[in-house]
Amino acid sequence: MKAFKKHTGILATLNRSNVDTDVIIPKQFLKSISRTGYGPNAFFDWRYKPDGSHDEDFELHHPRFEGRSILVTRNNFGCGSSREHAVWALAQDGYEVIIAPWKEINGERVNAFADIFRTNATKNGMLVVELSEDEVDIIFEHVEANHGLQATVDLHEQRVELHVDDKIIFNFTIEPGEKKQLISGLDDIDLTLRFESDITRFEETHDPFFGR
Amino acid sequence: MGKTLFEKIWERHVVREMPDGSALLYIDRHLVHEVTSPQAFEGMRHAGRRIRRPELTFSTMDHNVPTTEDRMDIKDPISRAQVEALRKNCREFDVTLYDLGDDHQGIVHIIGPEMGLTLPGLTIVCGDSHTSTHGAFGALAFGIGTSEVEHVLVTQTLLQRKPQSYKVEFTGRPTPHIFSKDMVLKMIGTMGTAGGAGHVLEYCGEAVRSLSMEARMSICNMSIEAGARAGMIAPDETTFEYITGRERRFAPRGKDLERALAFWQSLPSDEDAEFNRTLVIDAGSIKPQVTWGTNPGMVIDIDQPVPGPDSAGGYSRADVENALAYMGLTPGTRLTDVPLDVVFIGSCTNSRIEDLRLAADIFKGRKKADNVQVLVVPGSQQVRLQAEAEGLHEIFKAAGAEWRYAGCSMCLGMNPDQLQPQQRCASTSNRNFEGRQGKGGRTHLVSPEMAAAAAVAGKFVDIRKWKEEL
Repeated sequence: MKAFKKHTGILATLNRSNVDTDVIIPKQFLKSISRTGYGPNAFFDWRYKPDGSHDEDFELHHPRFEGRSILVTRNNFGCGSSREHAVWALAQDGYEVIIAPWKEINGERVNAFADIFRTNATKNGMLVVELSEDEVDIIFEHVEANHGLQATVDLHEQRVELHVDDKIIFNFTIEPGEKKQLISGLDDIDLTLRFESDITRFEETHDPFFGR
Repeated sequence: MGKTLFEKIWERHVVREMPDGSALLYIDRHLVHEVTSPQAFEGMRHAGRRIRRPELTFSTMDHNVPTTEDRMDIKDPISRAQVEALRKNCREFDVTLYDLGDDHQGIVHIIGPEMGLTLPGLTIVCGDSHTSTHGAFGALAFGIGTSEVEHVLVTQTLLQRKPQSYKVEFTGRPTPHIFSKDMVLKMIGTMGTAGGAGHVLEYCGEAVRSLSMEARMSICNMSIEAGARAGMIAPDETTFEYITGRERRFAPRGKDLERALAFWQSLPSDEDAEFNRTLVIDAGSIKPQVTWGTNPGMVIDIDQPVPGPDSAGGYSRADVENALAYMGLTPGTRLTDVPLDVVFIGSCTNSRIEDLRLAADIFKGRKKADNVQVLVVPGSQQVRLQAEAEGLHEIFKAAGAEWRYAGCSMCLGMNPDQLQPQQRCASTSNRNFEGRQGKGGRTHLVSPEMAAAAAVAGKFVDIRKWKEEL
């Protein structure tokens, strides 16, 4: 697995919430039996016109996002289908980090990213960063005002630094296990196989036909 | 303090606690289909790894398969290659496969319960988000990505952070023509599409207890549409009757069944168990639900007008405007005034025998409207055979509906069953996302009765009034 430690790149904004994995990579591309070739098809229905040409109106196609590698978007990104192809498509389309806001609804905290999407991203060395709505709004404003705005995302320090004159820094939280996995880039099957004797011992008394 | 159903199952499956607070969790059943598995098998092949417990791994074809008479001959070469890859992988890795043409082939979440693979107290995973369906039996069942599919194949475990618990209580009883589909859509509308994220839902209350297993599965199925990790219902007599009431290939029998029943009866949440969150919904006040937008939380009562940017709670102006534009709707419109093009009765949400009986009851002695194409797609070949034994297929055909073979079909249109751009569909499936049923297609999610009545009327009707007027 690819390790993630620190990344500097151009920010691109997608002002939509609840972006689902059907939109990120539509069904017709799930027929592939390979892990590669998904990049040009990320956001397919938004990206191309019916005749197959590039849709210049699609917000991520704005010229100022040329060379972007950090996607900044809204709440509940990656919801819906469990398809890991969504993460493969984004990674192969050049995104290394995705930033989205957690939100408060009815007094409860609602995560920025859908659970399965977050796990899939981590397994592919892609960092997802959860910030507050205010912080994400500030990033949207600065991206709007500065063509080709860059940011540095430092996983070790758990912070996002916008490359603006008065230096804006946001700290983020991340589960320690997820952070460790991303920084090490180790294959998690290899990691689990270190505990193979525990699994074998567990199986001696566990009946998987009844789950007891 | 007492334990919840979820905690009881979780604790029984922890192989090892990790220092960071996550746990290595044992998996009892791994269900595999053709779309999310090929890269996992390929990864194993590269690393020279084998499946740890092939006898706990079960496979079928559902997403890609055609549902027409000539289904054995898959014309799309890419779909065919994917189906053939699964056949090859199952042979090479010694996995049981219910192949196209087998009497037990069908949507993975329909055949698991049907064959007794889904049982209370188990951990069940599949590379498919609607794995939450199996939670209706009091199993902990959730969807995973392809990297995790490979991890389970090799280790029979998953590294998981323990989700939080969320109690959803449906009080009272639903009124006539209100189904579990309406209950779960109402919940998603209330909770939002991310409201359940990081949580395992437990559905309880009088309204849930009164439901059949089929209806319970429809509720648990859509847990993921509220963002939840899983959804569960405590096993009870209804559950035991479903498992033991007829021949189910993998269900325990005799002495094994006695032991199993004792265990299953110990599973329901203790009286004093505490949940991290709670939501109470009065089932008696739920009206027929229909989605108007591009996610399952964008839902209204059938007698409400389509909302606008200022009246759709919980969504930004941009989100509502995008959804309305995509759906070709304007605020204030009554969905009962909007003509439909397609009606789809099927999917892992609503394609079980009860769903088909409900639809057949509406179609009986009636014809579909001229403006709609109607697809009735049973969830499994077993459901198809059962429906044919009951003569339901004749009712569908006489009404002008197409009676198909089992598969995911137009729920996601990976096979040839797709909406054309701008076609409007009443669908018993689970997702009204943009492009889900076909590029540019407009999906409205409803119950099987609402879908069948819409097919007859050619537009949505309020099923409660419509039935009265007949």
